[in-house]
Amino acid sequence: MKRGKGLTFVGDSRIQKYDKPRLSRDYSEFPGRTEEFWPDFLLKEWMTGAVFLIGFLCLTVAHPAPLERMADPTDTGYVPLPDWYFLFLYQILKYTYASGPFNVIGAVIMPGIAFSALLLAPWLDTNKERHWLKRPIASSMMILAVGLIFYTTWESVAYHDWEQQNQQGQIVFSNLDADDPVFQELVRTNCTSCHGGELTGGSGPELIEKEMSVEHVSAFVTNGSENMPAFEDTLTEEEIQAISEFIANLELTAAE
Amino acid sequence: MFNKIYDWIDDRIDINPIWRDIADHEVPEHVNPGYHFSAFVYCFGGLTFFLVVIQILSGMFLTMYYVPDIVNAWHSVYYLQNDVAAGMIVRGMHHWGASLTVVMMFLHTLRVFFTGAYKAPRELNWVVGVLLFAVILGLAFTGYLLPWDMKALFATRVGLDIAESVPFVGEWIKTLLAGDATIIGAQTLTRFFAIHVFFLPAALFILLALHFIMIRKQGISGPL
Repeated sequence: MKRGKGLTFVGDSRIQKYDKPRLSRDYSEFPGRTEEFWPDFLLKEWMTGAVFLIGFLCLTVAHPAPLERMADPTDTGYVPLPDWYFLFLYQILKYTYASGPFNVIGAVIMPGIAFSALLLAPWLDTNKERHWLKRPIASSMMILAVGLIFYTTWESVAYHDWEQQNQQGQIVFSNLDADDPVFQELVRTNCTSCHGGELTGGSGPELIEKEMSVEHVSAFVTNGSENMPAFEDTLTEEEIQAISEFIANLELTAAE
Repeated sequence: MFNKIYDWIDDRIDINPIWRDIADHEVPEHVNPGYHFSAFVYCFGGLTFFLVVIQILSGMFLTMYYVPDIVNAWHSVYYLQNDVAAGMIVRGMHHWGASLTVVMMFLHTLRVFFTGAYKAPRELNWVVGVLLFAVILGLAFTGYLLPWDMKALFATRVGLDIAESVPFVGEWIKTLLAGDATIIGAQTLTRFFAIHVFFLPAALFILLALHFIMIRKQGISGPL
């Protein structure tokens, strides 16, 4: 009994006490072959998930998550790059009319319009039709947006110097003594902006693994090379000698 | 045995309708890849949720080793990666899972868009979905800093510079996120950790709950 005097409760709660009916749903809301969610369809989903998980675990075993060397805010030579799914936003900022004085266009207005349009899509596209071919404006806008995201991501990847990118962050264990006054006063001010904060390479080559004599380094620092400026005029002979000895002495050491 | 326990609980809190609603709904033919292979596009949302669950579980295990301060953060990740048993796998799952979540969520959004499933009466669920999109991108952005390696620091610096270029509120947003108007350092790391582990997951859970309640309430959109 649902109402009136016959209504009984469990204890002093508001839960009604009654013989529970066996629910038999009428699955006629949709035409065609419907299926019960529990347990038939859920089992299929579970199997899809299991296959997906195996592929996913193979990926994690085959490609360990990358880890670069510890963050060093003083390393000015490092070329930054966001994670790949933000590359398209980063790429937009490199176009002439979306950077510099127009930075606000690329950084705020364009992503803002895109996100707002996505958020308000149900009210921008009030066409009753659901099939994508029957609402050409909405569909072509979305295809255009996706196309632009793919293109700018591709452009960002294709024009990036990946060799330097992979070199500049490498974890290298060396006998470099960051507290050495030669490193603090001379190497930091003259070398690291190109050769990396720990001299592991940047726009210039790495200096740890190379086997170089003191004279060899000193010749480079004094006269420069095709890509490297000469320091003959800016540094004294003693300073060049100290730098050369410091650089020539560098070598790899075992992991900590 | 299980039936008795179920009945005992049901007598007290009447869970039968809740359970029936979750378990006893129909899956129509047009979304079932068992009948039409092309219906696999309807799996993207479920796989996104599956990946979110992987992210939550692997993330919980990562916090058992991770130390959110600039002296120890990198060392704790290095130790986890190279010395802890299966640490490489758990960190790999969290790292690749982040990328895959973004990919699957993108595909799910496109599926919903091109099948017109966001139209009346499902507008509110679309809005919640787009907000979930934003929250997950926020999780991706804040999580990228946490290993405190070179790419993390400099990518975050770029991101915060972009936030700073927002007119009027830009500097305020940057200071709120980084803990300082100019320095990206100790405060930034702890703030990003708090945002990544507490604030955004809280928003994620609420939005996910709304997303699923609305799907159950409204049912899946019909065939095209």
